[in-house]
Amino acid sequence: MPEMNHRGYRLHVEGAPGAQAAVRLEGRLALEDLKALMADLQAVPVKMKPREIAVDVAGVEYLDSAGAMALIEMENLSRSLGIPFELLGVSEKDHGLLCLIDREALQRPPLRPESERPAIVVRLGEVARRQYRDVLEIMTFVGELVAALAYCLVHPRSIRWEEVKFYMKRAGADGLPIVALISLLLGLIMAFMSSLQLKQFGANLYVANLVTIAMVRELGPIMTAILVAGRSGSAFAAEIGTMVVNDEVNALVTMGFDPIRFLAVPKVLAAMVVVPILTVYADFFAILGGLIVGITGLDLTAFTYIQQTKSSIRVFDFATSLVKAVVFAMLISGIGCQRGFQVRGGAEGVGMSTTSAVVSAIFLIIVADSAFAIMLHYVRH
Amino acid sequence: MASSNTEPVIIVEGLTARYGEVTILQDVSFEVYRGERFMILGGSGCGKSTLLKHMIGLIKPHAGRVVIDGVDITRADEETLHRVRSRIGVLFQADALFGSMSLAENVSLPLAEYTDLPPELIREIVRMKLGLVNLAGYDNHMPSELSGGMRKRAGLARAMALDPTFLFYDEPWAGLDPVTAAELDILIRSLNEGIGTTMVFVTQELASIFSLGQRVIMLHKDVKGIIARGTPQELRETSSDPRVNHFFNRQAD
Ligand SMILES: Nc1ncnc2c1ncn2[C@@H]1O[C@H](COP(=O)(O)OP(=O)(O)OP(=O)(O)O)[C@@H](O)[C@H]1O
Ligand SMILES: [Mg+2]
Repeated sequence: MPEMNHRGYRLHVEGAPGAQAAVRLEGRLALEDLKALMADLQAVPVKMKPREIAVDVAGVEYLDSAGAMALIEMENLSRSLGIPFELLGVSEKDHGLLCLIDREALQRPPLRPESERPAIVVRLGEVARRQYRDVLEIMTFVGELVAALAYCLVHPRSIRWEEVKFYMKRAGADGLPIVALISLLLGLIMAFMSSLQLKQFGANLYVANLVTIAMVRELGPIMTAILVAGRSGSAFAAEIGTMVVNDEVNALVTMGFDPIRFLAVPKVLAAMVVVPILTVYADFFAILGGLIVGITGLDLTAFTYIQQTKSSIRVFDFATSLVKAVVFAMLISGIGCQRGFQVRGGAEGVGMSTTSAVVSAIFLIIVADSAFAIMLHYVRH
Repeated sequence: MASSNTEPVIIVEGLTARYGEVTILQDVSFEVYRGERFMILGGSGCGKSTLLKHMIGLIKPHAGRVVIDGVDITRADEETLHRVRSRIGVLFQADALFGSMSLAENVSLPLAEYTDLPPELIREIVRMKLGLVNLAGYDNHMPSELSGGMRKRAGLARAMALDPTFLFYDEPWAGLDPVTAAELDILIRSLNEGIGTTMVFVTQELASIFSLGQRVIMLHKDVKGIIARGTPQELRETSSDPRVNHFFNRQAD
């Protein structure tokens, strides 16, 4: 029963169940028709169930590796059904191609099974173990970083000051516009919202106190730290992570450099310098925002507003806010660098480490800020 | 076994390549015939990879044109380019495997994109391709878990996924041990002779140049273009250009 189709190949099958089947193939046996070709070829041993099969490929003009695979699969299938199989009219070049295909490889299962979703308990355990390892790694890194910083303190000449300057510009000067804008808006909003309430009691003037105290004590350092974490902590992680992936960190080690001293210390030092400065700017712009609301909406003069602001700032609050900023800077830059060094794999690993750097930094900022709040409460009283 | 077929399928005409203001190649012309193994030779930094990237349409030339199978890819629209690209396989100098995907996923990506084969069949083809490059069983490994040479071979499996009409290789032998390199030679020869794939190599590997190269061109930095063309044997035996002799005899300039 000859059979034609619109494909690139033509298939003629002659034979009957229990007798010999003669299959003749012509045309192109190629990837584009693979699905139909496989179905056609496998139907011969499965549906017809002949005694033996002979496939003549003398008329095949083009055979690619997918076509060759189809022939081999047919042979494997016939053999597994106990039907003798023979390939006739194979040209020399097609023979080379057929020999290349590793018959065993087609059947061999992967060395590693496809990963499947483990049970919930297993996954919980995995997460716990990962967290534990993570904490250990952070501890180790903190130790190494402190040691490197201490070393640099004793040997200031070993610090790469050019790098420090570069990162001060990146994390500090370049971040100023966004810090200024957000603080100004924050000051405007705080002053406006609180004025609505305070007006009712004729306590307009105290808007200045509210903005100043809230900003200097809490919001200034926190807002700045979160912005720096998003801008620079992520950048640190991505930069170091990419270097890890490209073996650049290994190159540093083999050249005798300490990667932490070489890569992390300049970033941490730069952050420790610029974050307090940014915080002062943030305080300033928020107070400016409050001043604008005070003058335009509350009939206060600039002079009274500034006087009131001055009287509400305590040197102690200002100093502790700077201390907080320095601590936040260390947390942000430290975790950024640590996440970078932790990267394994490729581009995806860098992405994950960047995300993790920002999330962990914000988490640590909030935890540290809570600790400060409790500590300062007892110091003040 | 020299091919007698001289029908040009890749035509490079008056190609000038620049990065910004720096000219890397100036007015380069040559042809690649159907089904041949063509090689681009030359010292490091003379613009071989640059030429290859122009030939596959990744970079538009400053001047000149590249015609692949009758299509001028420097002027073709996106759709035509897409169609031409589906018939081209490329093995990049850096393996360019996708790090977030397993080997099987890497190889099956073009199959899933360009064919409508069912997943089981795609898996089977992937297994066959990995077997071809001696990586049978590594389906679910990630590229970062493999050695450099293994990654190179996986890159080749991906480049061959669609049994392309044209295969471009940038330094396929770099980073392979001599035995694996010889096996790769056999694989390349069988694919070339069995399927009739047209192959363009960028290489400096003398052993493979002589075992596989049918026609070669040699680029040089100083002339920003071709300094010699012919079969590897011709260049080694008859060239009077000292730069060519030094290359083939592995001498310092
Ligand atoms: N993206 C790029 N931008 C600017 N210049 C480049 C770029 N890529 C390459 N070059 C320059 O072009 C020249 C040729 O580079 P190319 O990568 O083509 O060399 P090659 O012949 O492949 O060298 P190798 O054998 O070392 O791989 C070099 O001088 C290089 O500096
Ligand atoms: Mg190159």
